[in-house]
Amino acid sequence: MAQDAVTDAPETENDDGVRRRDFINIAAVSAAGVGGLATLVPLISQMSPSADVLAESSTEVDISAIERGQAIKAIFRKQPVFIRNLTDNEITEANKVPLGDLRDPQSLAERTKEGKENWLITMGVCTHLGCVPLGAGEGEARGEFGGYFCPCHGSHYDTAARIRKGPAPLNLEVPEYEFTTDTVVKIG
Amino acid sequence: MSFPWANEYKPSHPFMQWMDEKLPLPRFVYNAIGAGYPVPRNINYWWNFGVLALVCLALQIVTGIVLAMHYAPNALVAFDSTEHIMRDVNWGWLMRYAHANGASAFFVVIYIHIFRGFFYGSYKAPREMVWLLGVVIFLLMMATAFMGYVLPWGQMSFWGAKVITGLFSAIPIVGEPLQQWLLGGFAPDNAALNRFFSLHYLLPFVIVGVVVLHIWALHIPGSSNPTGVEVKSESDTVPFYPYFIAKDGWALGGFLFLYCAVLFFAPNYLGHPDNYIPANPMSTPAHIVPEWYFWPFYAILRAFTFDFFFVPAKLMGVLAMFSAILLWFFLPWLDRSPVRSGHYRPTFRKFFWFGLIPAMAVLFYCGGAPAEEPYVMLSQIATAYYFLHFLVVLPIVSSVERPDPLPFSITEAVLGKDENAALEAAE
Repeated sequence: MAQDAVTDAPETENDDGVRRRDFINIAAVSAAGVGGLATLVPLISQMSPSADVLAESSTEVDISAIERGQAIKAIFRKQPVFIRNLTDNEITEANKVPLGDLRDPQSLAERTKEGKENWLITMGVCTHLGCVPLGAGEGEARGEFGGYFCPCHGSHYDTAARIRKGPAPLNLEVPEYEFTTDTVVKIG
Repeated sequence: MSFPWANEYKPSHPFMQWMDEKLPLPRFVYNAIGAGYPVPRNINYWWNFGVLALVCLALQIVTGIVLAMHYAPNALVAFDSTEHIMRDVNWGWLMRYAHANGASAFFVVIYIHIFRGFFYGSYKAPREMVWLLGVVIFLLMMATAFMGYVLPWGQMSFWGAKVITGLFSAIPIVGEPLQQWLLGGFAPDNAALNRFFSLHYLLPFVIVGVVVLHIWALHIPGSSNPTGVEVKSESDTVPFYPYFIAKDGWALGGFLFLYCAVLFFAPNYLGHPDNYIPANPMSTPAHIVPEWYFWPFYAILRAFTFDFFFVPAKLMGVLAMFSAILLWFFLPWLDRSPVRSGHYRPTFRKFFWFGLIPAMAVLFYCGGAPAEEPYVMLSQIATAYYFLHFLVVLPIVSSVERPDPLPFSITEAVLGKDENAALEAAE
């Protein structure tokens, strides 16, 4: 039957109403369409972070030299990370705040590792529009709540780096990290 | 299409006749910007800004191609290569200042061009497509300007890139992966700089393409005019060449005078000193603002300091900022008054001069000011009016307003009702 359709009457319908040309037409357009769409995968994916950028996505920091009350800026994924050794006073202050008063309720314990509550490790990236807040460097303004202060749009963070005042929606992000030894932190 | 009385292209030289048969490009130019395009005789100086915008685009492309011959889009050397252009390349300082201030000049011209359209109702039927393409050009211009500003890789470049791509992180769920995809990393770096350079070089040519469509769409109904009354007869028009070529040349002289005054006497006035500090991902400048031409929209972004029902403040700011421009796509259907020109619309005119213009002025000012009171509250009021103007005021005014009587024709508007004068002109 198919042979008849080819040799005798390519334009006429078969018994089931399907023309051979319709099938070829749909198959060809579908193949071209799927093939065309498939080329979008590499074209779009090439813009995602490349292997060398991803390879920088963990970093080790020696924290042995940071005294209580001091903080340092480390670099993780080309962005600043604040590593802060909290004083007892700062820890008490952070624990005093009722969670209900917070915009993004989290306790200090949830934001630190067990037994290492004095080590507050957060991204140094304001959750508003990504500026670097002040407060990790010696003598920098720490804002009204003694933690960090973002000068761009006036966000104040407390001693647990939680948002307390200003436009930022969330607390400073706590990156994934672990203590590989007592004095070395692996971030990422 | 053109009016039936448009001059016809009749090449006299045999070579041009030969050319006209093989590739009628001269005919195309003649009909587009030559004697073959009849223009309403009454268009005023606000109608010069389309041609001026075209000149700005050409200026940016020429200076940009020159700069790309000396600039290196690599995060390690981009800043140094910019300084190399400024200090070592012959005339490099001129090319860079001309390009940087050319961007500002382009936006001055385009804002006037857009507000001309707002006042004279140029967006109305039958020119909706002209308007829609114009909004597309404006969006492309903003993207191009933003990416160009990142290229010198100074502090403002870097933090501008970070904050603007950070806007996308406000989108729920896909926001952060989207930002990383746009940047090719977790923060602006070499990957971002390279792609911004590539796109900054590409987009102006896309703009050229859309400009061709914009002019094509314009030439189907023909140019609008200050009365908003459509062309009725030959006495209403004069040919583009020589009349408006000459007038545009005069306007171009004035434009170049002002442009060169800034270029040669205050080339850094519109820039930010912080951008002469190399990009430093570890430290943010104390006061970051975008370039002046983004201020109104930046003010709208920052006006949302509170959660809007269930939408968080940050996302709401981003949505409002983008809607502020996307709104313009709906303008031809929001303003339904059959009268085009603001000259004959007393109520519309009041809202335009005492509503929209002051609101835009406030947004302009607040966008460049620090995010403190009273600027936040002022931008909130101005933002509210901005949206009310387009979404509420224009639809209501267009249905309740009683327009002033329109002139019968453009000729009558120019020469008065004196019939003899009108007849003379018709001859």
